[in-house]
Amino acid sequence: MLPNDPLKRVLYVDLSSKRFWVEERPELFAENIGGTGVASKLLEEECPPDIDPTDARNPIILAVGPANGLFPIASKTVAMFLSPHNKFLGESHAGGRSALALRLAGYGAVVIRGKSQSPVYLVIDPQGAKFRDARGLWGLTVSETGRFLREREGGSGLRSILRIGPAGENGCTFACVVTETYRHFGRLGLGALFGYKKLKAILITGKRALPVTDRKLFRETYDELLERLKNTPSLRKYHDIGTAVNVLPLNKLGALPTRNLQQARFEGAEKISGEYFAERLLGRRLACAHCPMACIHLAALRTPYEDEPYFYKTTFISYDYEPIYANGSMLGIDSAEGILKILDLIDNLGLDAMSTGVVLAWATEAFEKGLVTTEDTLGLKPRFGDVETYLKMLPLIAQQRNDFYAALAKGVAFASARYGGEDFALAFGGNEMPGYHTGYGAHLTFLTGARHSHLDSAGYSYDQKLKPEEISPTLLAQKLYAEETYRQILSSAVCCFFGRSVYNYETLAKVFRICGFDYDEKDLPLVGEKILKRKYFFKKKRGFALTQLKIPRRILETLSPHGKLKEEFLREALLSYQKLLEGGGEG
Amino acid sequence: MARLKVLDVDRCVGCQLCMFACQRRTGTGGLSECAIHVRSRGGLSRGLTVIVCRACEDPPCLTVCPTGALLKRRGGGVVLSPKKCLGCGFCVQACPLQAIFWNEETQKPVICMHCGYCAAYCPHHVLKIEEEQSAA
Repeated sequence: MLPNDPLKRVLYVDLSSKRFWVEERPELFAENIGGTGVASKLLEEECPPDIDPTDARNPIILAVGPANGLFPIASKTVAMFLSPHNKFLGESHAGGRSALALRLAGYGAVVIRGKSQSPVYLVIDPQGAKFRDARGLWGLTVSETGRFLREREGGSGLRSILRIGPAGENGCTFACVVTETYRHFGRLGLGALFGYKKLKAILITGKRALPVTDRKLFRETYDELLERLKNTPSLRKYHDIGTAVNVLPLNKLGALPTRNLQQARFEGAEKISGEYFAERLLGRRLACAHCPMACIHLAALRTPYEDEPYFYKTTFISYDYEPIYANGSMLGIDSAEGILKILDLIDNLGLDAMSTGVVLAWATEAFEKGLVTTEDTLGLKPRFGDVETYLKMLPLIAQQRNDFYAALAKGVAFASARYGGEDFALAFGGNEMPGYHTGYGAHLTFLTGARHSHLDSAGYSYDQKLKPEEISPTLLAQKLYAEETYRQILSSAVCCFFGRSVYNYETLAKVFRICGFDYDEKDLPLVGEKILKRKYFFKKKRGFALTQLKIPRRILETLSPHGKLKEEFLREALLSYQKLLEGGGEG
Repeated sequence: MARLKVLDVDRCVGCQLCMFACQRRTGTGGLSECAIHVRSRGGLSRGLTVIVCRACEDPPCLTVCPTGALLKRRGGGVVLSPKKCLGCGFCVQACPLQAIFWNEETQKPVICMHCGYCAAYCPHHVLKIEEEQSAA
């Protein structure tokens, strides 16, 4: 790393004692690059082995990498923590402006320790961390919080505002952290951890210069990467229709989870497709800072006020494939406007849209089957397709109004352990299912991925590109392992995964060399494996075992494009994956 | 002389590629020397605004400079002579567009010189470098 690169600076913040300090840790970055590599090392250092996620010693770690602030589409921040949701590894990546703001404030990572007595928000700038009273903000929605902080603090265009809503304050374990209104540290409950710590928001601002080893090579490489990003056909679709472009192809394939995955095709798919949204509702497109893709699609939803004629409001609501799946097909909702109303409320309460949709889907089926009654639901009768009832249930989940809603606020694994219905509780490693029933690959990714996210190793993509004869448990495990290994480097840079076709190992090594890192193309897979294994052993020490994972019966019952999936195949692949992760020991 | 124009601010998606391009003129990353600024109009739901020097014929920044560090640029706007600049910041105050920025590291103003390097990176044709027509 270059001696004048501020990446090596780690900002430590103690919410209990209201102190902060900076430590320079060049070796930490030289050995782990940044992002997920550095964050996982810091988590290992900070998080005691036997604590509950609510413990004040559960740290919040934010990390960026060498490519942030220098190269295009390097636009993500990695957050790491002990997950309030599945009690294993909490890892979540967000776009927006936070990665740039943190890097240009002059830090590579932030470690937030302790717990505040009363609500605070943090301002992180080149001078360090400032603690501000947030009592007046506690209880406000995500958008209100953003509005007040935006007006009170400076730095518009150079800052990022991370904040939680009521769901996080109340400790709903799948509460998210929202940044720049439309991007999220969505999964695994970072919002709940903010809530435990009485941390309402973090504002980060900075605009410093960053050094490179060779100015001419930097400019040339930048131009080459930007050209490749613009000319990659697979990226074009994210730019045009956005990720929602996936609704129709997945439905055609018979891989779009519908009504809690009782079906994998949705008769209303056309009406919730990316094309439908784009033609009728798309109101604006946005980009994360330093990204040429502009994949953020906002719908303009015009709604009348019922109490006064000719009185309307127009709300801009972001939509993507996953939220549409979880709160559309999964709930049997075939109205794009209905989905947007749900997403708007989810965002304002500060819930994770994916987990929320799956939770509502489980609750609907549990109600249909008589496992829960109107006594539990406080008189509501959830029914697939019924937008209005879902809108009433969301605040009850965020408030944890009674035992039933408090159970829902802990996810489907928890709720089904209490009320039954485990066979159709669609969670993998305690995290609710993403929108792909494409075959073994997808479900293996959900099961084996360090974050139990579809993005860990993109098995859904292998389901579509591998020939059936190529698919064996061992081979699939090897492919997904190699993919997950590579993605550790991408998320240490920290690049958005949409840039993966451009940022291969060779390009990443070149980018790192320009940032002053001494990595060869051949070294990177080894570093990736080291990071992946570190995350696995973090989970294993807390009782995680791949071979003990629950496989929801529902995924074996509903036909996939690869036919009926067999449990033995998945179990064998899990064993193979475990061998790969444990080969060579803890390192 | 050419000048940079903001053609249609409503086409801006907020990628800030122009800002990073402006910094890369110096061969570095980050944003300390960036002379163009993209920010939301009070939250991203309200859209974006692009702030950059519009090359005034009679620049107020020049008028207030106590050391003569700002020289009139042919075609409008100013050219900064850093050696003469004290870093008083009067020019920043004088610009009604708030289009003069501040480099915290050098404690000197940052002003667009209308080179057009940023415009080449705008994916959505928000920016354009225009050759000034000479008066007929």
